[in-house]
Amino acid sequence: MAEVTYLDADELVINMGPQHPATHGVLRVKLKLDGERVMGSECIIGYLHRGIEKIAENRTYQQFAPYVDRMDYVAAVTNGMGYCEAVEKLLGAELPPRAQYTRMILAELQRIASHLLWLGTHALDLGAMTPVFYTFREREEILKIFENYCGARLTTHAFRIGGLQYDLYDGFEKDVLKFCDTFKDKLPEYEQLLTRNRIWLERTQDVGVLKAEDAIAYAVTGPVLRGSGVKWDVRKAQPYEAYDKVEFEVPVGRHDGWGDTYDRYLVRLEEMRQSVRIIRQSVERIAPGPIFGKVGKIIKPAAGTEVYHAIEAPKGELGYFVVSDGTNHPYRVRVRPPSFVNLQALDLMTRGHLVADVVAIIGTIDIVLGEVDR
Amino acid sequence: MRRRSLPPRLPGLLPAAKPPAAAGGPPKPAAPPKPAPKPVIKPDPWTSPLVEELQKRFPGAISEPVIFRNQPSVTVARESLVGVSEFFKSDPGGAYTFLTDETAVDYPKRPKRFEIIYQLYSFKHNHRLRMKVLTGDGEKVPSVVGIWPAANWLEREVFDMFGVVYEGHPNLKRILLPDEWVGHPLRKDTDILRQDEAWVEANLGIKSGQ
Repeated sequence: MAEVTYLDADELVINMGPQHPATHGVLRVKLKLDGERVMGSECIIGYLHRGIEKIAENRTYQQFAPYVDRMDYVAAVTNGMGYCEAVEKLLGAELPPRAQYTRMILAELQRIASHLLWLGTHALDLGAMTPVFYTFREREEILKIFENYCGARLTTHAFRIGGLQYDLYDGFEKDVLKFCDTFKDKLPEYEQLLTRNRIWLERTQDVGVLKAEDAIAYAVTGPVLRGSGVKWDVRKAQPYEAYDKVEFEVPVGRHDGWGDTYDRYLVRLEEMRQSVRIIRQSVERIAPGPIFGKVGKIIKPAAGTEVYHAIEAPKGELGYFVVSDGTNHPYRVRVRPPSFVNLQALDLMTRGHLVADVVAIIGTIDIVLGEVDR
Repeated sequence: MRRRSLPPRLPGLLPAAKPPAAAGGPPKPAAPPKPAPKPVIKPDPWTSPLVEELQKRFPGAISEPVIFRNQPSVTVARESLVGVSEFFKSDPGGAYTFLTDETAVDYPKRPKRFEIIYQLYSFKHNHRLRMKVLTGDGEKVPSVVGIWPAANWLEREVFDMFGVVYEGHPNLKRILLPDEWVGHPLRKDTDILRQDEAWVEANLGIKSGQ
């Protein structure tokens, strides 16, 4: 029998993670390699599973609201907004305009904060040290606004079912507009560092190519779908809050029918600009008025009713499916997390690439493991 | 068992029982008029050309087309799930090419305890549709991975959390919990405090804290 040594091995299976700085949390990817090329990959997830959907069944509607902030913990505002809206839809409640615009301003600020965190860490993964210091500087300004508004920076629990807990503090509009003004000049700084950087182009162009039909087949949403050239955004397709009353564009990638890591980078940068546009319009339209709709303190939706409500979270379509049995506890809450569904396309995107590109592709999907595992 | 009740209050905090009213006291005021009964909120029947076409092509496979808060939903017989799904995806009147989500709801008292729920979306018509399939414990559900590849992980999650077995799934194994875990946490008869104590002790070396 011939002796098998490591020199004879032409296929190699290695583990990336669960403790790896580039996996953005506790993601374990099993990679099958042929030399440096990836032949296939398998994600092993669940390290952060906390049973959030089970917890929901054992809490009242209001008690469950803070838990959703712990899923995508870098975009807690949009998570809470999606849950509150789903329950409001189940109840058939209408929101006063002041509450709607406040929610939109905070949600778009959160989108910018989430994209900034993504940009900094994604660039860091690919070897660019500088952007992370710049992006965290701007993110800090957003977190300060959150802190002034509701007292928390990360897990904000900013909204309540039916409206807002707090009215805006004095000077909120001034702070937000000041951020918008300074941020306008900051975005070109990032672009100067990356957009035409030779190394950045080499590392991102033609890496992690995803065709539009594959993106649809794998139910990918958010900037990854738009990077593949599909012009679709929940805020435009099925508007919620007052998104139908503001003007903004939905950016798509450079190519028709497919997209790479560079496309998704460009899409996210443009989304930040569009978010600033939405914020400016919302600040203009915000007027004094009530901040709470007609929702009682005890929430008991009619028995046997169910509703699916989706919003455009920074990472893609975040959906809540809420089933009521007539009590003040939800019978079932299903969270449709964008990160979980988008991560499924990782295998498709990594095939044929080098090991070093896997880091770029994990970064470009923009996952948060708290949301993948729930 | 679900833990719904609050912890018992301390006896000192309970309001003292009222002394019985003396006989011959002041007459009680007349009862206020009863408020008008609240309108019953429930889903309405849903009619659409798509449903009529489905009933023509798959007689008896579709039941309960309802709409609630402008969200239509149909229940499909388990046997014709694959055929109806292909119809939904390919028919130009539907064109539901996007499987947004697949999940389950457990109703342990019903004869078929699981409702498998598919959230479909059509880019062409900008329309969402909820498709439901009823299944009992131990009955196999045909997999839709061949139609919508996104169902792969979603069906694994339903299998993991509810123990629903899919027929024809390429890689049906647990996704969030460890492979050797015993039990399905999102079933209604699983208590929130329950863990697989044997697994926890064998793998983490600790006695379960709960």
